[in-house]
Amino acid sequence: MKVLVTVKRVIDYNVKVRVKPDQSDVDLANVKMAMNPFCEIAVEAAVRLKEAGLASEIVAVSVGPAACQEQLRTALALGADRGIQIDSGEAPDPLGVAKLLAAVVAAEKPDLVILGKQSIDGDNNQTGQMLAALLDWPQATFASALALEAGRLRVTREIDGGLQSLELNLPAIVTTDLRLNEPRYASLPNIMKAKKKPLEVKSPVELGVTLKAHTRLLKVEAPAERQGGIKVGSVSELVEKLKSEAKVI
Amino acid sequence: MAILVIAEHDNRALKGATLNTLGAAAQLGGELHLLVAGFSCAAVVAQAAAIPGVSKVLVADAAVYAHQLAENLSRLVAGLGKGYSHLLAPAGSAGKNLLPRVAALLDVAQFSDIVGVVSPNTFKRPIYAGNAIATVQSLDPIVVATVRASAFDPLPAEGGSAAVETLDAAHDAGTSRFVGEELAKSDRPELGSARIVVSGGRGLGSGENFALLEKLADKLGAAVGASRAAVDAGFVANDMQVGQTGKIVAPELYIAVGISGAIQHLAGMKDSKVIVAINKDPEAPIFQVADYGLVADLFEAVPELERAL
Repeated sequence: MKVLVTVKRVIDYNVKVRVKPDQSDVDLANVKMAMNPFCEIAVEAAVRLKEAGLASEIVAVSVGPAACQEQLRTALALGADRGIQIDSGEAPDPLGVAKLLAAVVAAEKPDLVILGKQSIDGDNNQTGQMLAALLDWPQATFASALALEAGRLRVTREIDGGLQSLELNLPAIVTTDLRLNEPRYASLPNIMKAKKKPLEVKSPVELGVTLKAHTRLLKVEAPAERQGGIKVGSVSELVEKLKSEAKVI
Repeated sequence: MAILVIAEHDNRALKGATLNTLGAAAQLGGELHLLVAGFSCAAVVAQAAAIPGVSKVLVADAAVYAHQLAENLSRLVAGLGKGYSHLLAPAGSAGKNLLPRVAALLDVAQFSDIVGVVSPNTFKRPIYAGNAIATVQSLDPIVVATVRASAFDPLPAEGGSAAVETLDAAHDAGTSRFVGEELAKSDRPELGSARIVVSGGRGLGSGENFALLEKLADKLGAAVGASRAAVDAGFVANDMQVGQTGKIVAPELYIAVGISGAIQHLAGMKDSKVIVAINKDPEAPIFQVADYGLVADLFEAVPELERAL
């Protein structure tokens, strides 16, 4: 079984984002970048399938400028076999990304595509579902467990109020939630080996995809700051404040 | 042109977030239609038809829609979508699963988790875990968006009498199958729409100790939530998680107990009207956003608070 896994280069999870003074976007100049955490989980899920003898090849794909080759190399160090960078220039919106990925899927013919459920920059949570629509494949979003049984995929999903379990025909799309696994760290020997693994660069034109803008970003602003209040000295003072000042109980 | 809202429900009752989504839809201008797609969902249809402001309820009642499988439902909604200016759904797990698929079928963008309506094609939405708010404009003929319920006032639940129209299209992609579900059973209000939320963090120390919070919650008629640290430590189930990757809540009163206040948690609750923090560490970041902070051992303060109410 061939698995395709997507990785996105985003601001590091631990970095506090700042909005540019002209409110055109957030300021990413000289900010530490990393692989999107949900993509790390997707890569780990693919590597575990290969280790279990269920996947024969893992192809990692990233859409973005040349800098995202760094994250593809990370995926290769974690266990992916080869990488494809789709050189899209500025990041397209999720529909554009899904169209580019659909073209890669048409060429690579994987049995399973694993994506992070969302990236921590745009927080869109759309690409996997859109890719599933474009391919007319079944989807299991927000996966917290997955298993292959007799050529079908059994997925547990995190939904509001609990867990749902689905069975999907292959080929299928899975998007990862936080509790699917705990990603490993790349070892130094594997980081060295990853440098020799194949990494292709493709343009949207080569993939036959014409990107179109569906949205326009007008402004990015900092959220309203919440002011800290007061410290109370005792439980009785707290109850008093909640009753007479805040009037919420 | 009319606006179509996709109802969130469990075939027995309409979820409250649907009313907030209708509240957002009402700001756009245009007739409001509500789609109830499910199986044996007559009770939901009756509730939907009673919402003032909804002029028409579309009903797709078929076994293939029983579990809201996106493969089947997206075809239904995309088929209807061409006749509408906007397609909206609550930004819960059901809406987030469905609407991007619908948008791709219609070849339009989708807007996730909108928190403000600037104009019928321009919206505010949080990015970077709520650390920035983007104003985005649609360039497409149909706007498809999920709505963060806590950011909009709900329409009233009763007093209307909408027309009910039955759809007979039953799409079955045949590629996915519902196997089962495990849903938390609770008599407490739903976390996403509760007026008061009591949340616990790593400071609780164990799942058993959440009983302290449950007693307090029952006294207040509150829902119980948790930080990601408490969920990852295995104290409670994942569906209780409040934060960037869990539920976004904005109750009238949020009581954070033994929660340090990681930025990912704050993203999920900072729009609450009143925030109370109980933590023994006076330096905990949660105090920077709390209206009322109590530096105390939670194992003493929580039972005392419960008795004092």
